[in-house]
Amino acid sequence: MSDTRSRFEVVVVGAGPAGLAAAAAAAECGRRTLVLDATPWLGGQIWRGREAKGGPGSAKRWLARLQAAGAAVARQTTVVASPGPGVLLAESPEGPREIEWEKLILTIGARELFLPFPGWTLPGVVGIGGLQVLVKGGWPLAGKRIVIAGSGPLLFAAAAEYRAAGADVVLIAEQADLARLVRFGLSLPRLAPGKILQAAQYQAALLGVPYRTGCWAVSAQGADRLEGVTLRSARRTWTERCDVLATGFGFLPNLELPRLLGCRTENGAAVVDDRQESSQAGIFIAGEPTGIGGEGRALVEGLIAGFAAAGRPERAGRLWRKRRRALAFSRAMDRAFALRDEVRDLASPETPICRCEDVPRRDLEKYGGWRAAKLHTRCGMGPCQGRICGGAVEKLFGWDAASNRPPVFPVSIGTLREPDPRPSGASD
Amino acid sequence: MTEIVSLTINGRPIRVPSGTVVAVALALAGESRFRRSVGGHPRGPLCGMGVCFECSVTIDGRPHCRSCQTLCADGMEVRTDE
Amino acid sequence: MSGWDVAVVGAGIVGAACASECARAGLSVIVFDRGPVGGGATAAAMGHVVVMDDSEAQFALTSFSRRLWRDLAPELPADVHFEACGTLWPAADEEEMAEARRKAEFLRGRGLRAEILDEDGIREAEPNLRPGLRGGLLVPDDSVLYPPSAALFLLGRAPRNKIVLRTGADVRALDPDGGVVLGDGSRISAGLTVNAAGCWSPDLTAGLPVRKRKGHLVVTHRYPGHIRHQIVELGYLKSAHSVSSDSVAFNVQPRSNGQMLIGSSRQYGAERPDVEFGILRRMLERAALYLPSLERLTALRSWAGFRPATPDKLPFIGPSADNQKIWLATGHEGLGITTSLATGRLLADMILNRPEEIPSAPYSPARSLPEDKAHD
Repeated sequence: MSDTRSRFEVVVVGAGPAGLAAAAAAAECGRRTLVLDATPWLGGQIWRGREAKGGPGSAKRWLARLQAAGAAVARQTTVVASPGPGVLLAESPEGPREIEWEKLILTIGARELFLPFPGWTLPGVVGIGGLQVLVKGGWPLAGKRIVIAGSGPLLFAAAAEYRAAGADVVLIAEQADLARLVRFGLSLPRLAPGKILQAAQYQAALLGVPYRTGCWAVSAQGADRLEGVTLRSARRTWTERCDVLATGFGFLPNLELPRLLGCRTENGAAVVDDRQESSQAGIFIAGEPTGIGGEGRALVEGLIAGFAAAGRPERAGRLWRKRRRALAFSRAMDRAFALRDEVRDLASPETPICRCEDVPRRDLEKYGGWRAAKLHTRCGMGPCQGRICGGAVEKLFGWDAASNRPPVFPVSIGTLREPDPRPSGASD
Repeated sequence: MTEIVSLTINGRPIRVPSGTVVAVALALAGESRFRRSVGGHPRGPLCGMGVCFECSVTIDGRPHCRSCQTLCADGMEVRTDE
Repeated sequence: MSGWDVAVVGAGIVGAACASECARAGLSVIVFDRGPVGGGATAAAMGHVVVMDDSEAQFALTSFSRRLWRDLAPELPADVHFEACGTLWPAADEEEMAEARRKAEFLRGRGLRAEILDEDGIREAEPNLRPGLRGGLLVPDDSVLYPPSAALFLLGRAPRNKIVLRTGADVRALDPDGGVVLGDGSRISAGLTVNAAGCWSPDLTAGLPVRKRKGHLVVTHRYPGHIRHQIVELGYLKSAHSVSSDSVAFNVQPRSNGQMLIGSSRQYGAERPDVEFGILRRMLERAALYLPSLERLTALRSWAGFRPATPDKLPFIGPSADNQKIWLATGHEGLGITTSLATGRLLADMILNRPEEIPSAPYSPARSLPEDKAHD
């Protein structure tokens, strides 16, 4: 992989469940396939840490399948731009790489949605999924008091993992109301029978941890780091002392790269056809970017994309039924965990909305839209490129914070300026 | 048998298992403030996935490195004075 | 009677400066822009306030305007990021050194400060520039600022209620009797109209020889102190002069927050505002040639925009050739930030029949223009 320019029949960007499935499917069909990931790990954020440990479950199975299929793998390789049609520019520890593709599959996952509230910038306030990832990597939690406040099925899984790492989980606060969750729970046997067992397991692991619905964090307190969190429910407002507040309100599709490549997006998700092909011919998108659906949906979409990109639509077609079930499940989840108005609007006038540039709500409210606010306050102009504040202003003000400018990730100027090292068409 | 790597955090040596990211090493060393924001406020990791840049630190003299995405290496010098 | 004394179309830095000067002279002003304040060429500008000696007329306008900016500096709020950092023109060889000396003499001869640096001097001034430069020219009174906030500040600086701002307003046509016709067909009447619509000004004033010239920019993460001056290569003029082909030149600015803004590129004939990788690479290649340390630094964003260019590199400031109710303030290309304040002052001087602080004739829309060689 030391060559700076390489060419593959199928290139898969992102090695989470969707990416592993897509790469395995394409490689099994005999296509010369590369799967790359920005991190040093395979399995994406959801299967983080499972690669080294082996471990049970589907992670191990899919990693083995990928290996057997013989797809090439590039780690720590971040795609930053598309210098021309059919070419990606990536940054890797060895330097810039240009990767030519005939078919491209984008399985770039999602990021957590954070909603700003007073104190959300204090050290100790961490993403629910983010903390899971850190804990898998050895982040010390033993003896720490943790409040989990946010939304979604992730809260249980996270609480179980934090507890296994020795944390004292004080409370799980789910913003959605019980009635919605009950309706969702009742639909589980039909939509996803396997989830019932999972839920039961979490429940056993969490024995004694209060789970409150219709409850959310309104502010966090502390001087140089978090000391406590104030929570609210229909009945009361109270403060819990804690060392860590894990927060997050579900996930947002990563759409920067699809947008840069001209793929159409709608309602915050990439638009794809039955074969997972985007509005740009030859570019397939699978998993979270097409709509948040978790591991099950990612795997089936990944397979469909892999088979379709490999020119085997009949194999893709056999999976449509399974995908329909997965889509129904994600729609039910969306309804169950829909955001209540109160949590969209917790920021005080002084609360920073843009954490990179420290832009408080007060400064943003004067403007009629994202572009004006961005131009005049620098909101979204820091290194996260609006990935965190973009979701926040969308929920807070209804602004569309889409971006499609290169680089899709901050990158060294040396990588950007690298001229074509070899004439197009050269292969390693 | 897990290998151990040695690095320094703000000049203090620490040993961690190989495969550990810098953010975790910082937490093991008891650091909660990873950087100061442009307005001077203390910040620590938020997303844990390389997206938010809140965990940025200076590694081997290079500023703005995401500690949650960088693996610890022998002899690495990490500073949290950004 | 007319609703407004003056209607300004375009809330870029030039439109904002014109509106501000008119309002401060007591006229009532309404300003239209189809986008936000400073969202066109102003957002695609580097934000330099520099004296340029391309021609006497250009020198007169830039030096007058630079003085106005320096007078205004104490009033500028922090978000304008005004930095009196000066401009450093590095000279790579003896030929460029001669050009640096010529420029220095030109500026000193007109009472402005300019300093010639030798090899040691330039290394001391900018240690991160590549070794082996012959020397350079330092123009200490130049500065840089953040243009969109400057435009907003100028509009807000007018006396209360004297300026009404309508962003997101689609002006379909200029009313020959003064005022504008909006997209929905409604009319807003005014004593006179100022076309400050930049690249879109020919859409409102037919036949106006203003053409879009595309430029790219890159901004870095924060590296305070990495450079101390705005640095521009002496070949910049050659690049700016080339009216037909795509060109790049090294131009980098320190922002007060530690970020660096890297330019520049010039293209005619490009219609889409997308970042074009080929020209972006050439631009960064050029920048790294002068400032090799850039290689290791992180780029956060790149973007492109259009600047309104005229055939003789001078803007149009004054009444249009055929209608005294329609005035022009457009065609400032890459010097709109520098020359905005002088444009506003001159325009107001003419409208109010005040004595002109510099002669306005060189910028008259009625002047004779060279053949537009760039037309394909």
